[in-house]
Amino acid sequence: MDKGEKKTNRRDFLFTASYTIGAVGVGATIWPFVDQMNPDRSVKALATTEVDISQIEPGKSITVLWRGKPVFIKRRTEAEISEAQSVSLEELKHPEKDEDRVKKSEWLVMLGVCTHLGCVPLSDKGEYNGWFCPCHGSHYDTSGRIRKGPAPVNMEIPKYEFVDNNTIKIG
Amino acid sequence: MFKKILIVTLFIFYSGNSFASDKELLKVDWSFKGVTGKFDRSSLQRGYQVYKEVCSSCHSMRLLSYRNLGEKGGPEFSITEVKNIASSFEVTDGPDSQGEMFTRPGRPSDRFVSMYPNVEAATAANGGAYPPDMSVLVKSRKGGANYIYSVLMGYDDPPQDLKLDEGVYYNKYMDGNKIKMAKPLMEGIVTYSDGTNATEEQMAKDVTAFLTWAAEPHLEARHKMGFKVIIFLIILTLLVYFSMKRIWSRIDTEV
Amino acid sequence: MSDHTYTPSSKFGKWFNDRLPLLSLSAHLREYPTPKNLNYWWTFGGILTFCLVAQIVTGVVLGMHYVAHVDMAFDSIEHIMRDVNYGWLLRYIHSNGASMFFLAVYIHIFRALFYGSYKSPREVIWIIGMLIYILMMATAFMGYVLPWGQMSFWGATVITNLFSAVPFIGESITTWLWGGYSVDNPTLTRFFSLHYLFPFIILGLVILHIWALHVPGNNNPVGIEIKKPSKDTVPFHPYITIKDLFALLIFLIIFSGFIFFSPNILGHPDNYIQANPIVTPTHIVPEWYLLPFYAILRSVPDKLGGVILLFASIFILLALPWLDRSKVKSAIFRPIYKQFFWILIIDVLVLGYMGAMPAEGTYLLIARVGTIYYFLHFLVILPLLSSVEKTDPVPANISEPVLKG
Repeated sequence: MDKGEKKTNRRDFLFTASYTIGAVGVGATIWPFVDQMNPDRSVKALATTEVDISQIEPGKSITVLWRGKPVFIKRRTEAEISEAQSVSLEELKHPEKDEDRVKKSEWLVMLGVCTHLGCVPLSDKGEYNGWFCPCHGSHYDTSGRIRKGPAPVNMEIPKYEFVDNNTIKIG
Repeated sequence: MFKKILIVTLFIFYSGNSFASDKELLKVDWSFKGVTGKFDRSSLQRGYQVYKEVCSSCHSMRLLSYRNLGEKGGPEFSITEVKNIASSFEVTDGPDSQGEMFTRPGRPSDRFVSMYPNVEAATAANGGAYPPDMSVLVKSRKGGANYIYSVLMGYDDPPQDLKLDEGVYYNKYMDGNKIKMAKPLMEGIVTYSDGTNATEEQMAKDVTAFLTWAAEPHLEARHKMGFKVIIFLIILTLLVYFSMKRIWSRIDTEV
Repeated sequence: MSDHTYTPSSKFGKWFNDRLPLLSLSAHLREYPTPKNLNYWWTFGGILTFCLVAQIVTGVVLGMHYVAHVDMAFDSIEHIMRDVNYGWLLRYIHSNGASMFFLAVYIHIFRALFYGSYKSPREVIWIIGMLIYILMMATAFMGYVLPWGQMSFWGATVITNLFSAVPFIGESITTWLWGGYSVDNPTLTRFFSLHYLFPFIILGLVILHIWALHVPGNNNPVGIEIKKPSKDTVPFHPYITIKDLFALLIFLIIFSGFIFFSPNILGHPDNYIQANPIVTPTHIVPEWYLLPFYAILRSVPDKLGGVILLFASIFILLALPWLDRSKVKSAIFRPIYKQFFWILIIDVLVLGYMGAMPAEGTYLLIARVGTIYYFLHFLVILPLLSSVEKTDPVPANISEPVLKG
């Protein structure tokens, strides 16, 4: 019957509308509980770190803590730079040109975390004059690229910039 | 009959439950009061100036960070202004690789620098009275913003019969009428960078507004969300109400 | 649990239900015959369940950021308020949620008192309910200590000191509670652990509470036992679920009013001052929902006497089904009892107000009168009424009062 149909439609609409609005409410309520686990404002405020590099001699490096992880900042010698630049891409497990990994060729800024399982590689060790990870034997060259061993990719280059000649801002 | 007594009891219960002899506080029509309350940015910025130039010599605000001054809902200084403010302070950091502590210019992520290294030093330097940290001061006093404002404006000559010790001052609104802080705000003690006339009343209002924000930095977001939530709930309640009526109409007799 | 011959519609449903009858349980809950004359005072059970879940959920996420150490507790809560995403919201929901939880539980309890829901055969439901209430008070008390404000510290000191009133072993009990020689870090850390634990015990008791209820079925405003299922009952879903939802939404509107527009009005400003063992606040007061008991405690000049009376005032409620033996359940048909019910409410409100006042002068006098009256109500008036009250005639069935107009 026509009247009965109309009644059903109105009732259905009312219930459908209630369910929908209710679901929206439930979804909106869940978000704060999920988001509170995301990094809070004090953590995000420490997302960048400025480093004074004026005291680093050529051939030496420092390690700074950034977002809880070590960052190697190495002032490379001419020999180390040319060594890095002369490697052909075919030799690399993870092909990357040295020029693409540095902003100024004298300065190598990279995350000191082995891309295999996360240990911190030792500097000035290994068969490629770069870093050696003692955990499972990965060797990195003077550009921080994986040359031998189980690590799959080169050590990560974080976002950074030169604030001035003596200061690098990481993150 | 007893329902009437109940209502009267509730009325007595709610109307004026203070037993201390507190004088009626000075009331200000704060911009942040009420359900639609918002902070006045320029007032907050001036208030910060008053805090920095007058209050911070004794009062810490150790729960605040310089970056808070640039965050939404507060004084909303620009990012450059925040960096400049932060770097104008020397912050203790360390230990360095030699094991020594050192100082460096502040960064936005640093907490507000305190005048004193700890509560004991602050107490000793102020005649045995600890100048309270002001991070949540407004929430920790009955009367809130009105109370802070009243105390700032409440200095007066003591009545004839009241003898005050050295370093103790008379205040109309302080509990017990005695306070160990000398009147902090004198006309012109601060030259506002935005050119506003620095009268006592103006400075008291601005610094109180600033302290209120410091205690409740999310006040505006809270009000905004509150509006949306309650409107949403009212709509949903109406929908559910009509659904309920519709469902219950299926029974012939509603009891 | 009554046996339903419920058959799940899907094959997987059947397979699973044979091994763990969750689908049968769900069907039972949906079909559960509920008196059709329940009024809105009956919606508070559902509201309370919501409150418990809300407190647990907000509590667990707050626990991801709170630090239970005397040097860091206060700061960690300010960290939550300022830096944690939506931290201010979660904190205010939790703190105001505790107040809403108690508001609902008091309405729920007074509903039971008015309609005789504690009477046979529902005595065990009542006793479990009282145990839930006692655990709620313990949980709330410990939770209030965690922010480590002045009221946290001094409230903890006052209440834990009560145990030293116990003869011979009192001091040892108090030292044992403290884990030291005063309220300090060991006290705080164990309060955090127990505050996290108790709500789950409450949850278990709530399940028993509802299970026990489902045996006789709900009481109703007229207080007469009805056959279920019958023309006097409706299936719980959708009739009661939708009504409970409506009531819950109204409750949430009030709850939101507090959270978003007056989040600190039910609290005490002194708790925004860090705990200081050397400075005692001028007036130590617990949160509003504990005030009547605080007034009773302070009515007695003797320390042990006050403690005994305090515990007695709660435990006396456990004995209620045996103190009030009137066969008529609902106060609608008990005109004398109804008056005393309202007087009791006024008495409890007056005691609550006195609990917030200093325990001296007229305030103390009124608190003492209120305390004596409280015990008089349960120990003298109720038993007396059981024998002498002339109750009104109770209808034969629940439809009758309506048809009569």
